[in-house]
Amino acid sequence: MKKVLGVGALLILVVLIGVYWFRAPDRQTGDAPVSTAASSEDPVARGRELVVLGDCKSCHTARGGAAFAGGRPIPTPFGTFYSPNITPDAEAGLGGWNATDFWHALHNGYSKDGTLLYPTFPYTNYTRISRSDSDAIYAYLRTIPAAARANRRHELKFPYNHRSLLAAWRWLYFRPGVYEPDATHDAEWNRGAYLVQGLAHCSACHETRNALGGAQAQAGPSGGLVLDWYAPSLTSPLEAGLQNWSTSDILMLLKTGWISSATAKASTVGPMAEVVGESLQYVPEPELHAMAVYLKALPTNTPPGDSEAAKVKYELPPPVLAAGKDLYEKHCADCHGRDGEGHEPQAPPLAGNRAVNMTAAVNPIRMILFGGYSPGTAGNPRPFGMPPYSLTLSDEEIAEILDYIRTSWGNAAAPIVGEDVSANRGSPLW
Amino acid sequence: MKSPVVLLLLLAALARAACAADAPQDSIEQRVKPCTSCHGNEGRATREGYFPRIAGKPSGYLFNQLLNFRAGRRHFPIMTYMAQLQTDTYLRELADYFAGLRVPYAPPNPPNTTAAVLDRGQQLVKEGDQALNVPACNACHGRRLVGVAPAVPGLLGVSQDYLTAQLGAWRTGIRAAAAPDCMHELVQRMRPDDLNAATTWLASQAVPDDAQPETAFENPPPLECGSIEQGSRAP
Repeated sequence: MKKVLGVGALLILVVLIGVYWFRAPDRQTGDAPVSTAASSEDPVARGRELVVLGDCKSCHTARGGAAFAGGRPIPTPFGTFYSPNITPDAEAGLGGWNATDFWHALHNGYSKDGTLLYPTFPYTNYTRISRSDSDAIYAYLRTIPAAARANRRHELKFPYNHRSLLAAWRWLYFRPGVYEPDATHDAEWNRGAYLVQGLAHCSACHETRNALGGAQAQAGPSGGLVLDWYAPSLTSPLEAGLQNWSTSDILMLLKTGWISSATAKASTVGPMAEVVGESLQYVPEPELHAMAVYLKALPTNTPPGDSEAAKVKYELPPPVLAAGKDLYEKHCADCHGRDGEGHEPQAPPLAGNRAVNMTAAVNPIRMILFGGYSPGTAGNPRPFGMPPYSLTLSDEEIAEILDYIRTSWGNAAAPIVGEDVSANRGSPLW
Repeated sequence: MKSPVVLLLLLAALARAACAADAPQDSIEQRVKPCTSCHGNEGRATREGYFPRIAGKPSGYLFNQLLNFRAGRRHFPIMTYMAQLQTDTYLRELADYFAGLRVPYAPPNPPNTTAAVLDRGQQLVKEGDQALNVPACNACHGRRLVGVAPAVPGLLGVSQDYLTAQLGAWRTGIRAAAAPDCMHELVQRMRPDDLNAATTWLASQAVPDDAQPETAFENPPPLECGSIEQGSRAP
């Protein structure tokens, strides 16, 4: 027995040394791919633009609280995190930090005193940010009003409440390194990649994660459950992949939160509505265009079960079909049409709708339960909204309606049951 | 042989036209569908339900509540969710729409209480209580209690459950308004059974047929209220 353990330990040690030896070196220097947006020479003004693009304020501000003073709860499978105060307050905020301390947080994921940071703060993305952009962000954050709100302790489950375990997590899932331009692509693609992979931290939500919250090694963000929603895959055209869209359609969606053109239809809800409403709508168009170019060029990676060929034609049991159809015609057909054809711009078609047909049914379930509006933006200042049905329909009824929608008019997604709906009731809204 | 086909085609065309007439329009009515699913058709609510009537309330009051939900001064997750990413201009438009609706009120439910409670309620609403330093409700909410435009709501035509919940939330600070928060100050001076008496009496009253909010205060309000200033502001 002892011998087996000994050999096992030795093997693990050899593997660990091997991984350490062959891991990529940290690249700390280097400039960001140049933006074509008219950007200011003034680091504070540039930092302000970058802070908007990174949507820092959304997570670092509690509802009704002082901007950037932290305290917003971030629910995760590991417990609830409370964002920290990043105003220049000497006691509660980053008042005692210099630009290098800030760089270490962004680039290396540790605090001024060396405390390892939880990756809910997405330094796995921010490590791509250049030192000069980090310094500009820091310069802007020095200019915002200081707020004395003290940080609140995270409320984490065992064993995640033991910060020391982060050393192992980082060893497995984190390699610091500034974005390395790819010479096989043009400057705009590189700028888009720099933003999407880094500051915009799209993969923080859209990435598939394992049970430890580590990103799965996949070619591009392939979809993940986050904040009670499903952040769809950016590599599957059957989900939120944009490979078949025009860059101008992509730009329109990012800027207005909603699009209904002859070639593209989508609206942003839940956490993505907030990203558009608080951040992307204010980002200069050249930057959005670069992001669109990069997103469009992401590799296509459709999960095997989602491919057209593998689609199963689901047959609902006749009573479920009848009940679902009946409820649909009573509650949904007025706006979405008897055959799911939609009435745009007021109500999108449900036939062939990507959000309806995704394997993960959580988003359409939440849309029926809670409804909601697209974000109000300059391009879509008076959005239409979906009424909430959490109070008028039971879990079973919502499941029947959604089963009918997901298996009718050419839609082919797996049916759900009432428990899938009840799992979404009462959870915090985003 | 041809005529049944023509007739069928005609019928089909008619049915299609009827469908098109029912189809959702690019209108404010279509935009407020998420609101009316809880607040009732045209925002008229019902006597029994918790969800308050919003039709005909002063626009500034409705606008204030949307801002309060957005800023975390009021707490009702689905309201925050609906309002949080909308512009002030759009929220003002939605408020103006419901404020402009003139739809009839349902008759009040008969009160299930004692005459003493109703007397105490009426006294608080119409005269206040000098010993408690509580002014009469109608000093701000209008002599007929139908509200004063633009920011002070009427107190009639909402359920007692809703009124009681709001005053309770104001007392504990769960509901708040723009500072200075006069209602918070006021309900803290009152005992729970006084709050209950006032809401019981209010919920037992019929709403006047011409229940339009007054256009001005008869006398200056006895307390300073931040909500009056905020609700009067253009977005």
